This record gives sequence, C-alpha cells and structure tokens, in this order.
Amino acid sequence: MLKIRLVKRENESLAAGIVVAAVSVLLAFVVGGIFLTLSGFSALDTYIQMFEGAFGSSYALSETLVKAIPLMLAGLGVSLAFRMKLWNIGAEGQLYMGAFAASGVALFLGQLSAPVLIPLMLAAGFAAGAVWALIPAALRAYWQINETITTLMLNYVAIIWVDYLVYGPWKDPNSLGFPLTPRFASGAYLPVLGETRVHAGLILAIIIALIFYVVLKYSRWGYELRVAGESQEAARYAGINVIKNIILVMLISGGIAGLAGMIEVSGITHRLQHGISPGYGYTAIIVAWLGRLHPVGIVLVAVLFGALLVGGFGVQTAGIPFSIVLMLQGAVLFFLLAGEIFMQRRPVLVRKEDK
Amino acid sequence: MDLSIFIALLAATVVAGTPILFAAIGELLTERSGILNLGVEGMMLVGAVLGFIFTINTGNHWYGFAAALVGGGMMGAIHAFITITLRGNQVVSGLALTIFGSGVSGFMGKAYQGVPIVDPFKHAPVPLLKDIPVLGPVLFRHDVLVYLSIVLVILMWYVLYRTSWGLSIRSAGENPAAADAVGINVARVRYICTIMGGVLAGLGGAYLSLAYAPSWQEDMTAGRGWIAVALVIFALWNPLRGLVGAYLFGGVEAMTFRMQAAGIKISPFFLSMLPYILTILVLTIVTIRLRQEAGAPAALGVPYDREER
Repeated sequence: MLKIRLVKRENESLAAGIVVAAVSVLLAFVVGGIFLTLSGFSALDTYIQMFEGAFGSSYALSETLVKAIPLMLAGLGVSLAFRMKLWNIGAEGQLYMGAFAASGVALFLGQLSAPVLIPLMLAAGFAAGAVWALIPAALRAYWQINETITTLMLNYVAIIWVDYLVYGPWKDPNSLGFPLTPRFASGAYLPVLGETRVHAGLILAIIIALIFYVVLKYSRWGYELRVAGESQEAARYAGINVIKNIILVMLISGGIAGLAGMIEVSGITHRLQHGISPGYGYTAIIVAWLGRLHPVGIVLVAVLFGALLVGGFGVQTAGIPFSIVLMLQGAVLFFLLAGEIFMQRRPVLVRKEDK
Repeated sequence: MDLSIFIALLAATVVAGTPILFAAIGELLTERSGILNLGVEGMMLVGAVLGFIFTINTGNHWYGFAAALVGGGMMGAIHAFITITLRGNQVVSGLALTIFGSGVSGFMGKAYQGVPIVDPFKHAPVPLLKDIPVLGPVLFRHDVLVYLSIVLVILMWYVLYRTSWGLSIRSAGENPAAADAVGINVARVRYICTIMGGVLAGLGGAYLSLAYAPSWQEDMTAGRGWIAVALVIFALWNPLRGLVGAYLFGGVEAMTFRMQAAGIKISPFFLSMLPYILTILVLTIVTIRLRQEAGAPAALGVPYDREER
C-alpha cells in the first residue's frame, strides 16, 4: 500500500517558500470569496475592483506605496525581534508613541528649519518607540515575563494616550471638534515625490532594509541573534550575552516601529490625529512572517499588503466592510503556517508495510 | 462607604468578570494539554458577533449562545489543526486567529452595528440563596450564565485534579512522550482541549454581546481575550485562582465605570488604561514572586512529534 510521508528536508527550500507564499495568498482570497459570496457580494468583481484600486493607475500605485512605507518599517522592526524568537507584537503601540513624540517636537519646536527639525523628529520618534519596547524588553530579559502579553497591552495604552492628547491638551482649537492637533509648520514635512504623497520615508525604509541585510548576513551579531533565537541555553554556552541582546533587539525593533509613526505624521497627516494607523503594527507581523523575516522579502511583501489596504479602502464604496482586509490577512497567515511544513519537509510516496 | 453601594459594586464586579472568566477557563484547559492559544481575543469576537446575529434573527438568546459555542469551537479547531496536525508555530497561529477573528467578526457584524436587542437576557435569582445578606445580591441575583461560569470553574478543577481524564490532559501537557507511552492519545487530548477552549472563549464573547453590554461593536472585546491569557499565568494554571483573577479584573472595570459615572476628576482616558496596566503589573508580580512560570505545563507550546520520540 502506498502512503504519503513527509521527509525532513536538508535545507529549507527557497522555491518551496515562494510557492507556499503564493498559494497561501491565493487560498486566502478563496476563503474571503466564500464570505463575500455568502454576504451577497460578487467576489470576482470585488477583487477586480480592489486590484484596480491598488494598481490601476499611477495614482493608485503611488497610494499603494504610501501605505507600504509604514508596513516596511514596522515589518522590519518586528522581524528583528522575531529572529530572536521575541514575540514583539507591540509595533502598533510603538508606532503610536513614535508619532506622539515626533508630533511633540513638530508642535513645540516648529520654528526650527527643516534640516534641523526633521532629524529631531526622527530621533524623537525612534526614541519613543524604543522606550515603549524597553518596558517589555526589560521585564522579559530580567524576569522572563511573557513579552507577547506586555507588548500587546502597551498597544492599548499608547493608543489611549494619543487619544487623550488629541481629544484634550493638544487638540486644535479650530478643529471643529475633530480629534486632531493643529497642522505642523511646513519645516516638519517630509519631502514628497512630485505630485504624489509618496514621501522620503520610502528611502528611509529601504536604507534600513539594506542595513539589516548586510548586518544580518555578514556580522557576528547577526549570527548571535540566530543562535539566541534557536536556544538561549546554547547562546549562553557560546558566550553570547542574552540579556544584552534581548534589550538591544527590542530597542531597535521598537525604535523602527516608532519611525513608522514619525513618517506617518511628518509625511502624510502633518498632524497627530485619532486613529493614525489602520493596524499597521499588526499587519506588520504578517508582512514579516510572509517575508520569511528577510529584509528584501519584507519590503516586497509590504508593497503587496499596502495594495491590499488601498484596495480594501476602495471597495468600501461598494458597501464592503474594510474588515475584509483583516480577514484576508489572517487567512494568509493560516495558510502560510499550514504550508510551512512543506518548506521543512517534502512529501514522498512510501510503501506502507502491512502489519 | 455606604454598604449598599459596596454590594452593588461587588455584584457589578462578578458580571464584568464573567466574560473574562469563561475565556480564561477555556484557555487554561487548552494550555494544560500543552497547546498555547493566543487567539482568545479572536475567538471571543467570533462568539460575540455570532451570538448577537443569531439572537437578533431568532429572538432567542439560547440560539445565540449555541452559535457562539459552535463558532468559537471552529476557531479552536483551526488552531488545533495547524498546531497539532501540522505542528505549526503556536504563537503565530494564535496571532493569525486574533487577526482573522477580528476581521471576520467585523465583516459579519457590519450590518448589526448599533442594532439594539429588544428583549434583554433575563436575570434568574436563585431561590433562598438570593436572600443571604451581602452574598445573595453579590452572587445569586444574576443571569444563569454567571452561575454556569462558577460551576464550570469548580467542575474544571475537579476534572483536572480528580479524574483520569484530568490526568490524561495534564500528562499531555507535562510530558507527552510519557503520556503516549502509557497509551494516551496525545493528539486527541490536545484537539479536544483546544476546541473546548475555543467553545468557552466563544461563550465569553457572547456573554459580552448578549448580557454584559447587549450590542455589537467592532472589536468590542477590547483586549479581554489577552487579559484572559494573562490570567491563566496569574492563576498558575489552577481554575480556582482563575476565578479570583477574573473578578479582580471585573472589579477594576466595574470601579472605573462607576468612577466615570460619579464624575471623578481623573480623565476617562487614564481610567480606561487601567486594566491594561494592571495586567502588566499583575503578570510581573506573579512571575517574579513565584519564580518563573511556576506551574506552567512543562511541554506548553512544544509540538509533539511521535516520530521523533
């Protein structure tokens, strides 16, 4: 009798990885299609409309890039922590804190000129995101306190904190009741590409991705992270300072997510406002995982998920809830996980011995 | 403080703690069998939305609760399939469950935002017990599900520590290879516990949307699923301690609600941060004082592969 068995692969196969990722996205759309059809929408029309909304014109394409930028940054941020098996799911909160600190600089030091102001805002955004990640990092490094829960709880705190500011002390008196701060002085704006909203944050994201690529591939530190991620025991044995690495990794991870918040307020909204992120920090988790924690993969996948967001916004006019985007994202992650077994193992036919 | 206000606060505490209690007891069972499911938030949301939709369309709360049980169980089954059969990463699968649950519930519930439930879920005071001073109004003048949650806690404790089922569950979580060697079907035990965990999370979600705050709002669980996960650690995987923890959070919620109503001069924004900050504090204190995850099932989060025995 013949039976399919899964045999361990010697090396993870890149080709299998790409196939699994593509099939995962496809199957997620099938699941989404079932829900759309059951709700009385035409799945095919919806997907065509989403695709056109995201890629159909040069404006659409530029908007896809606009949404991809914070995903690239937050995705790169969480990927670093994930490499060490630190489950930082607090990118959303770190992003909000970055946006808060950068906005503070822009609002209170607005008279400075752009060459001074922008670097200050970048520094503030990075620092605030890093500090927000430092709390769970220290708790985890010194007392083994579960970082998944602490990072997630801090998301809620950060979002409420920003709400407090934009509904309260920082609210623009001329906002007609809308929860937002006054507009920044123009020195706090990131430069944009031509007539689009694509801003210099894209360059920042690509630079960080390149640095990640080089450091992770060629430095001893990149190797240390891999070892510590596999086994902290082994890492200690190899003379790696695990506590220092946990804190350092989380600081950088949170700082980069903080930058994602900074570029949103400085490049897009030009002010702090309620709900500045439609869940970029959570989507970033999927972006990082789908990109196999690889900097190049993350940048590419971020564009895909930027497109998904833009497409999702677009079909709202047809009465389709934006939640379809989250549903698709969750489904992609399921299929990806399910498919992972084929990246580590390959199916072979074996003869089953009769008992 | 006036005693009657205090009693009312305690009664509100029990009601506010009940959705978290259902979810936490479910997660506790799942984790006892060795599976970590961080998707409680998503499973609760699916329970909440299905409970609401079915109640609105049938006019019967029990159909709503039944739908929530099924929906939560199906979500649990997805997690079980990915983590047990396919040995996928448990943390990431749980996150996927949360994101998916948030999306699916938002999608299905869109048309039900702001729709009121005409007929509220009835209170069912327990005869005799309801007249005990203090204890009566605090514990015995609620709806049936509050009583069910308390019974479930005791039942869960009994099953885990006093029955052979409980022994199988605990050994699957402590040492699956040894459990396997004595003929326990580890995969089956873990499947059942993970699905039951989803069922209970779904029930907790439906309690939220049908009894505690009868309405549907996107992401209305507001982190309660995550608080439930933290509670399991706080409870040291013991259902009785889980009850204490759930009411602790219920108390904070009931109190902040009342403080806002009483017009106390703390920004409502800061008050609404409290449960999240409290979760971090409680988790920290418990973990430090009880020396790192004391009582955690030894094989929690580790996939079991029979071929690698």
